Amino acid sequence: MAEGIKDKVAIIGMGCTKFGESWDKSYEDLIVDAFKECIEDAGIEKKDIPAAWFASCFDEVFAGKAGTPLSTTLKLPFLPVTRVENFCASGTEALRGAAYAVASGVYDIALALGVEKLKDTGYGGLPDFGSVMGTKNRLITPNMTAPGAFAMMATRYFSVYNLSPEEGKRMLARISSKSHHNGTLNPKAHLRREVTVEQIMNAPIVAWPLGLFDCCGVSDGGAAAIVTRADMAKKFRPDPVYVKSLQIALSSGEEIGYTDFDYAHVETGYRAGQRAYREAGITNPREEISMAELHDCFSITECVTYEDLQFSARGRAREDIESGRFDLDGPQPVQPDGGLKCFGHPIAASGLRMIYEMYKQLQGKAGPRQIKNPKLALTHNMGGMPALNLIGVCIVGL
Amino acid sequence: MVGITSYGAYIPWYRLNRNIIYSAMGWLNPATLTPGEKAVANYDEDSITMAVAAAIDCLNGLDRGKIDGLYFATTTSPYRERQNAGIIAAALDLRPDIRTSDFSDSIKAGTGALLSAYDAVKAGSVKSVIVCASDCRLGKPGSAQEEIHGDGAAALLFGDSGVIASLEGAYSLSHDFMDHWRAAEDRFDRSWEDRWIRDVGYNEFTSEAISGLLKKYSLNTKDFAKVVYPCLYTRAHADIGRKLGFERGQLQEHMFATVGNTGAAYPSMMLVAALEDAKPGDKILVASYGNGADAVFFQVTQEIEKARERRGIKKHLASKKDLASYERFIASREVLTIETGGRGEETAATSASTLWRHRRAIEALVGSRCKRCGTRQYPPQRICVKPDCGAIDEMEAYRFSDKQGHIIGYTGDSLAFSINPPQMYAMVDFEGGGRSWFDLSDCDLDSLKVGMPVEMSFRRKYHDAARGVYGYFWKAMPIRA
Repeated sequence: MAEGIKDKVAIIGMGCTKFGESWDKSYEDLIVDAFKECIEDAGIEKKDIPAAWFASCFDEVFAGKAGTPLSTTLKLPFLPVTRVENFCASGTEALRGAAYAVASGVYDIALALGVEKLKDTGYGGLPDFGSVMGTKNRLITPNMTAPGAFAMMATRYFSVYNLSPEEGKRMLARISSKSHHNGTLNPKAHLRREVTVEQIMNAPIVAWPLGLFDCCGVSDGGAAAIVTRADMAKKFRPDPVYVKSLQIALSSGEEIGYTDFDYAHVETGYRAGQRAYREAGITNPREEISMAELHDCFSITECVTYEDLQFSARGRAREDIESGRFDLDGPQPVQPDGGLKCFGHPIAASGLRMIYEMYKQLQGKAGPRQIKNPKLALTHNMGGMPALNLIGVCIVGL
Repeated sequence: MVGITSYGAYIPWYRLNRNIIYSAMGWLNPATLTPGEKAVANYDEDSITMAVAAAIDCLNGLDRGKIDGLYFATTTSPYRERQNAGIIAAALDLRPDIRTSDFSDSIKAGTGALLSAYDAVKAGSVKSVIVCASDCRLGKPGSAQEEIHGDGAAALLFGDSGVIASLEGAYSLSHDFMDHWRAAEDRFDRSWEDRWIRDVGYNEFTSEAISGLLKKYSLNTKDFAKVVYPCLYTRAHADIGRKLGFERGQLQEHMFATVGNTGAAYPSMMLVAALEDAKPGDKILVASYGNGADAVFFQVTQEIEKARERRGIKKHLASKKDLASYERFIASREVLTIETGGRGEETAATSASTLWRHRRAIEALVGSRCKRCGTRQYPPQRICVKPDCGAIDEMEAYRFSDKQGHIIGYTGDSLAFSINPPQMYAMVDFEGGGRSWFDLSDCDLDSLKVGMPVEMSFRRKYHDAARGVYGYFWKAMPIRA
């Protein structure tokens, strides 16, 4: 009988670079910055690490494939390094690989590190998808960008739940405004300004109905974690953070190919959430999850994720958004660090960046953003587009 | 009896008032002032895509499996090598064991193709040939041609049963008349003096071909319900008819002020317009002009009443959108080099072997239908997408290009590069089942709504100028008419 990952693995150290348009930093700098903070936090040395999982996504603007960018940058002494990539959820995949390796008993310690250097393309947004989706798909896939792919879900959501464009945009604006406020409190965030609902509503449209402030930034960044066996964790520090569940779910093809899927939610988010709750023994996520970092690449993504993860009932996210449920001082804070909204989304770093905030919050080290007495924290890391994607959900706690 | 068994036409959605061109470029040559408007292909259209659209109109309700050949007439072939007719046949999902040929290099190529189709059917070599004529001609900025040329297409199906207009006779002239020309390496036509073209070429050849035909078959101008010939110069067009003895009412309206001179497609488009109004027993005379002339005459049969379910000329003419600026027009035809940004410069290479392997899926929008549960799916799958079915390798081909669908979610994307921003696309559910995502075209963002019906149109998806590739695929658009 499979037992799952609950309480088998602990995180004993983490590092996270400042995210932003790091014109003066190379991918090597981002790797070293995240790694340095991480091992100092864990109180270990490089020689204590026997294996590593390395996440990077857009090789086209990065250092190329394989694990060698990590091993050679960090001068790892001929260690086993696995490179993982699962779209925008790559960071969570690195953690999952490292955690499973430790849980299996093969290693006592493992490093997970995700990094992305996006700002070397010469234009805004993510690198163009044309050349990265294979020789067949490029011939049939729309001339699409990430904001547009999610915007299609927004027009759908508005239609399914009878929201006028004004009502829908106002609901989404409230999501972004909340995250921008949290970002002002975070020195590692890329965007650190208050933005009002009115400013968000009136911003230029990127992909209708999503405007500039409905979209996360494009940034460079890196984040890292050291994991160890749960029974060894307290040897390293008094306040290790334990992994309660680590689940991913991938599209089956029915969302994009079968007409029963409503396109007003993300099925993988619901499925991964259900599995994660089962693994962690959670029956009422709305009450039991103290706080969360959700994959708010776009405001609409965060909106449907409230529902997919059952923080809100189906079609009822708007009430919870407007009541302030997910605000920093609300009953279930979401994006206390500012989210992708304020950090931007260096693809393979984001999943670990989310864990970093949950880890610091659980340890009571989140400074002005500190949430009172959190118990269980959830990260939700999405890769792909609403109809074709994967979602990693990680639950951590003390 | 051999002749036309069906007809169809296509006129692009966009129209450009010639005053807009004249306001922009008239300073160069004030004599170019030409009245009316012209039809202009969208940025994702060319002679191939318009030919496909006209053929789809023509084949409405007909069994495409029974077509034995496709001839394509144009002076604006997107490809100089790679048969353009073959691309059209692939898009129409015609059988591979058919004849395909391109007829090109003269604006009388349309009637040349038509006569060849007739001859092939008459000879008994084939039972049914579709002739597509389409042109998308560019004029140099500031030239008279820029105002005169319009874009459009027509398709005529030839066969020996169910004939709606039998071809009764033809008379042809060939002259190496160098009125306008374009060398292999040139993008724009050059031409000789208009007065010479008009008096020595257009007036003479058109008249000679028509009178030659009348004489050859001992016919009189009074025998014809309509006479069809292209309009190169409006006054000269009227004079030709009058001098030959036709009444004004016999001259088929030339669409010069609504569509423009559509080159190789022009006579066929006018013929379609004539057929739309034709009654059984009518005789229609059609003449082309270009390096000589062809004259052909048809006799309309009782079957004409069965071929009315077409968009043809009338419905396409009525469905239009004004293109508001000259700059958008020349940018869409790649005459004006515009800032595309870094994203716009990134065109992924086209894999010819991938295209060949998936040719029916990509070029004809053929997906699959599960023989076990009936679920339609695109692109074609080996394992059924229906969650509680999952049948393996129980699929049959299922064509989506002729199915309507509706939008379930859409956007207008300003981040993606498009010559006609914002780039619009949508998730589409097809009537009868099947879902995929498609670019949208020929619509405005404001007009889009979740739930609105759409139809599929074969369009240029990209132009990879660095590798010399025009990539084609299907886009969704609001029901045109």
